[in-house]
Amino acid sequence: MSTDLTWLIGGPQGSGVESGANIFSKVCAGIGYQVFGKREFYSNIKGEHSYFAVRIADKKIHSNVNDVHLMVAFDAEMVFRHVDEVVKGGAIIYDSDLENITIDEVHTLDIYFKSRLEKYLESKNKEFSIKGILESAKDRGVTLLPISFREILSKLAEDTNNPKLKGMIRMFNVIGVSLSLGILGLDSKPLLDSIDSIFSKKPKVAEINKQVANYAYNYATAKFDKINFSPNSVSKEPNTILVQGHQGTAIGKMVCGCRFQPYYPITPASDESVYLESNEILNVKEDRPGSTVVVQTEDEISAIGMMIGGALTGTRSSTCTSGPGFSLMAESLGWAGMNEVPCVITNYQRSGPSTGLPTRHGQDDLLFTINAGHGEFPRIVYASGAIEESFYDTGKCFNFADIFQVPVIHLLDKFIASSVITCKRFDPNLVTIDRGKLLDKIEKKPYKRFEQTSDGISPRSKLGLEDGIFWNTGDESDEYGHISEDPFVRIQMMDKRLSRFELILKQIPKEDQVVSFGVADNCIISWGSAKGPIIDAIDMLKKENINVGFIQIKLLHPFPTEYVKSLLKDVKTIIDVEANHTGQLGTLFKQNLGKNVDYFILKYTGRSMTSTEVYDSLKKILAKKANKREILTHGA
Amino acid sequence: MALKLSDFKTQVHNDWCPGCGDFGIVNAIQMALAEMNIPRHKAAIFSGIGCSGKTSHFINTFGIHTLHGRVLTFAQGAAIANPEMTIIAAGGDGDGLGIGAGHFVAAGRRNINMTYIIFNNGVYGLTKGQASPTLRLGEKTKSLPSPNTNYNVNPIGLAVASGFTFVARGYSYDVRHLKDLIISAIKHKGLSFLDVLQPCPTYNDINTRDWYAGTDIADSSAMETHSRIYKLEDTGYDPVVHYEEEAEINEKLAQALIKSLEWGSKIPTGIFYKNEIITPYAGRLIDKIPNYLENSPANQKVSSNGKPTTDVSNILDSLQV
Repeated sequence: MSTDLTWLIGGPQGSGVESGANIFSKVCAGIGYQVFGKREFYSNIKGEHSYFAVRIADKKIHSNVNDVHLMVAFDAEMVFRHVDEVVKGGAIIYDSDLENITIDEVHTLDIYFKSRLEKYLESKNKEFSIKGILESAKDRGVTLLPISFREILSKLAEDTNNPKLKGMIRMFNVIGVSLSLGILGLDSKPLLDSIDSIFSKKPKVAEINKQVANYAYNYATAKFDKINFSPNSVSKEPNTILVQGHQGTAIGKMVCGCRFQPYYPITPASDESVYLESNEILNVKEDRPGSTVVVQTEDEISAIGMMIGGALTGTRSSTCTSGPGFSLMAESLGWAGMNEVPCVITNYQRSGPSTGLPTRHGQDDLLFTINAGHGEFPRIVYASGAIEESFYDTGKCFNFADIFQVPVIHLLDKFIASSVITCKRFDPNLVTIDRGKLLDKIEKKPYKRFEQTSDGISPRSKLGLEDGIFWNTGDESDEYGHISEDPFVRIQMMDKRLSRFELILKQIPKEDQVVSFGVADNCIISWGSAKGPIIDAIDMLKKENINVGFIQIKLLHPFPTEYVKSLLKDVKTIIDVEANHTGQLGTLFKQNLGKNVDYFILKYTGRSMTSTEVYDSLKKILAKKANKREILTHGA
Repeated sequence: MALKLSDFKTQVHNDWCPGCGDFGIVNAIQMALAEMNIPRHKAAIFSGIGCSGKTSHFINTFGIHTLHGRVLTFAQGAAIANPEMTIIAAGGDGDGLGIGAGHFVAAGRRNINMTYIIFNNGVYGLTKGQASPTLRLGEKTKSLPSPNTNYNVNPIGLAVASGFTFVARGYSYDVRHLKDLIISAIKHKGLSFLDVLQPCPTYNDINTRDWYAGTDIADSSAMETHSRIYKLEDTGYDPVVHYEEEAEINEKLAQALIKSLEWGSKIPTGIFYKNEIITPYAGRLIDKIPNYLENSPANQKVSSNGKPTTDVSNILDSLQV
């Protein structure tokens, strides 16, 4: 039997949910399972509910599913919010001290959820308490595994003669992970190794954690049977890494030579900048160390201004932000377009509008990033669909910026940002660096920054280059960069800049513009992180001998109209899948191809799509029982 | 080869109003660059929006005419990425103290080695004379429908409070003095701020050249003029923080702040405050990145034959399972 199971851990923010999940992911990846984990959290520092779903399998996976097989709850809210996700035959490890807690005692349950929960318990004739909700799960065939977490600590405190242990509730996450591994019948050694590596600088802390882990692990194996879904053995793929969402673009930036990143803190984008700064000194082959200068600015307006200033010195420069920050950057983006400044804005989208759902997912900014800024100027909008892809795409975005001398907006999102996955080790040898027409020496004098050329792109000088003096201005300008309001200069310069679109479509390789996963009568078009759930859903359909096509559009502006048209020429039904309300890719599709998509599968709850729900909607569409707009709702 | 003043002039037609104070500032910048013999390609003038924004087009160095209020952001980015450049940012009082005030304060905190010159004339000239942040409460310049309803910003005081480590004021009709101030500002190790009083002959009919010259307060019987402008250095004023002690720093800050409030019949120019004890931004970066100056972002070689030379194998090793 193949292995495919989802483990869910949750609790109050700040209680170690994330570190618990990271240990679990690391252990499973270390054994050889493929991992797809995703974190959900409130806009809050401490106390609100957060959870982490980790799916492990013996084959490559690209998404989460609806079903949970083993859940760990060390607080009551986790039980109330997630019990319904655990499938028949699955199990819930929970702190038995919680049993008598009632709904009203959990202050972090909002009234909307509470009223739905009470309605549900009423319909099942259960009391409004942990006991009640757990009974309802048991009735459905879920195994309950009550364990007193405090008792484990006090017993261990006695055994080891270390009374301090008794009150260490921050050990709950390690207890939860260890119990889980015991119940799943997985080896404990990788757990102990991973604790050692996490606390390598604090051997005493590591020792206590290992004692707790061992004790809880042995407790579980002695007391409970393995659950039905326990994973089978697996052989480990060589060259596998366990990587977090922001690391793809961050490591991509290091490799492709981005050396300057001003940024302003914003969820879910800041992790990338913080990671770059944590690794600011870089090893360089056969050279002295290099460095990425990361600057925390006073706002996003400053971040983009500084980035442009850096780019003018010939430095590969970038910033990283999310929707609200990008909104502030619109004016300067136009300046970069006007002055043909190569730069990359990494935009980890989240749910808007305004502050929206600040820590939740959304693919809301497609049309905005294409249209942001007043006036008409060239830019590229490019979207990655997964972490591994984002590493390679980062290098490509910098090349596009340099070759076409335009600002590039690299779209990612919160789903990618808060995922932890296994994938093939990034291969820097597959990255190329092409600086386009950037000059090291001025041959032709006098130098004209915006000289008319046959392809519309001028040789580029940089601040500090001898004989390469130039002027830039946000005003319309002549070839030197001096202000000109002459109507014919205006035509020349507008034509020069906007001819870039055609060139971009001509020169970017087709396979970098659109990725086809096969075309069929029923064909999905999508972009960005919806890719993962889509390919897993298509895989599920394949097992039923149902073939659904999928093209992932990566180059979204300028839109590869002719190529998309040729790919879809024989398609009968077009299904647009994306995480927003209006189906922004569908709008773009209509604008460029002149026709409507047939169905939308959309999600705008702020929670990422699961492959289960995409699969369910596709089935409905194929059975002609679907609404034109299929709206997905899964996820707490 | 010694550079001449003419080397720093461009052929671009200057469309400022006749008698505009901006001419003096551009001349002073050009004179300073020539006197310091800074190679043209080693200097960049960044400018904001408005009449003063055109400054970068009139000077024959790299010239980056940016956006309203954002000049400091562009300039700081360039200065960090290529610390070998002499960077001068120039903009109006509305640009720097109105729309760009947040950047002004943040720049002070960073103390990047560069110079910021504000062309201070009390009005938004290019949009036909609205009140700028430095116009005083209750004053009514020519094109205002009614007297100004806002209190004025004190540029010197704000700079001192924000952490600028060189704070000075010049007068655009005293070009030689202004040139000397610009040279001192460029030589200063850290962020320099120059508030330049610059009459707008078209829209500011209060703070005119004659007003600064004190013709209205001249003692006619003594047959002499009483210029409102005087130089701090002529009064024995010592702006320099000499040693790293709280009392010394506080005294010099307080003295600068008090002097900045002087206005009306006597207006001080010259250096208000100078502190080279505070580490410039580059020094703070060196604490983290020891070879930052020798191998700055703009200097780094990132590829060889189109292939990356950065070696991230240790990072990837740490992620490997």
